Amino acid sequence: MTTAIAPVYGLILAGGSSLRMRRDKAALPYQGKSQLDRAFELASRHVVKVFVSVRADQLTEPTRAHKPLIVDSVGGEGPLAGIRSALQSYPDVAWLVLARDLPFLSDAALERLLADRDPNLLATAYLSTHDGLPEPLCAVWEPAAAAALAQYQSGGGRCPRKFMMNHPVRLLEPSDRHALDNVNTPEEYARAQEDLDSSAQTHPMRLKIQYFALMREQAGRSEETLETSSTTPEELFSELNARYGFTLSREQLKVAVNSEFSDWSKKLRADDAVVFIPPVAGG
Amino acid sequence: MPFRFTETAIDTAAARRELLDRGAGGYVSFEGWVRDMNEGQEVTRLDYEAFQPLAVKEGERILAEALHRFPIKHAACIHRVGSLDLTDMAVWVGVSAAHRGEAFEACRYIIDEVKHRVPIWKKEHYRNGDSGWVNCERCAAAPRHSHDHEHDAA
Repeated sequence: MTTAIAPVYGLILAGGSSLRMRRDKAALPYQGKSQLDRAFELASRHVVKVFVSVRADQLTEPTRAHKPLIVDSVGGEGPLAGIRSALQSYPDVAWLVLARDLPFLSDAALERLLADRDPNLLATAYLSTHDGLPEPLCAVWEPAAAAALAQYQSGGGRCPRKFMMNHPVRLLEPSDRHALDNVNTPEEYARAQEDLDSSAQTHPMRLKIQYFALMREQAGRSEETLETSSTTPEELFSELNARYGFTLSREQLKVAVNSEFSDWSKKLRADDAVVFIPPVAGG
Repeated sequence: MPFRFTETAIDTAAARRELLDRGAGGYVSFEGWVRDMNEGQEVTRLDYEAFQPLAVKEGERILAEALHRFPIKHAACIHRVGSLDLTDMAVWVGVSAAHRGEAFEACRYIIDEVKHRVPIWKKEHYRNGDSGWVNCERCAAAPRHSHDHEHDAA
């Protein structure tokens, strides 16, 4: 006899207080749509029914009010409450749980999560590319997780990540390392918008590179303008390193784009100014 | 601006005046000087350079952090760039506060953070004719320690 595999519904978590963003994250627009709408539509393309998880005091907010809602009913506050409340509302359903602040999440990533889901475990989730730990807010939670989560919380547990690390869960390596990047600050939001808007940009593009200290001596110049098909500082460094043979490795450097510290994986845009920063020695 | 660079000798008397405050009961300053010895090598002079647009931003962030973390009145920092001789002043930090304890702590905080975070580099010239970028040359041979240790000139 085989056990029937539970159907999957979608749950967009929208209950957080967005402290770091200083405004309601659910209402942030990307390419003309709020984050919540984007996440909702994305999930709707993969599962038959999608709900938005809210706290009772958010019931009347306009961003959320016109969507099917599941109001936190068990588990206090936070993501665990949202997940547990959904599992309790529909005990025979598995939940594709998504944080609403994942603007880079793609159809391909969700397709794979659902295809590789293991319904015999408590959940299936991606591993974060930042720290290699499970990402519980881009995951499928199975009906059997309800009891285990209740027990975990009554034992004082509060963190869905820690829950996943200590329970039978299937973990997937994401194929796109930015798919799960989330957006918590106004700076990250500005960048996410730029990245989404510039993803159609054509290459190669022109970049300005300035060199300082040891890098300047080894490049034999203090600046140059370059036509390149590198799309990130990481790729640009590899390209220039092949040419100049810098003695400092990428791990020893920091990078700045347009006079501000940057991630190595930031998407570069035409006419950006890039500086590789060797170990500093002021004072 | 409370964080700035100068290509000429730091005027500490003028810098100190900017920190005056009727509510301040004291003032603490730190001066970093060019020393004749580092890591067992005899130093004859230093070249300082900075990526100034970012360095000023990061320096201002450090001063803002100090004002936020400690109950002080004013804080400022001036860093030299260019070629410096032995005994020249490379950096000056000044803090005024109602009480001395906070002024000492904030001054220490600022100089420590500046040395670790602000994109400023120094090249040492040695008695034997060699030269080297501090924190960059030896670390190239021992990659994992780049940002974890420092070689104080001051």
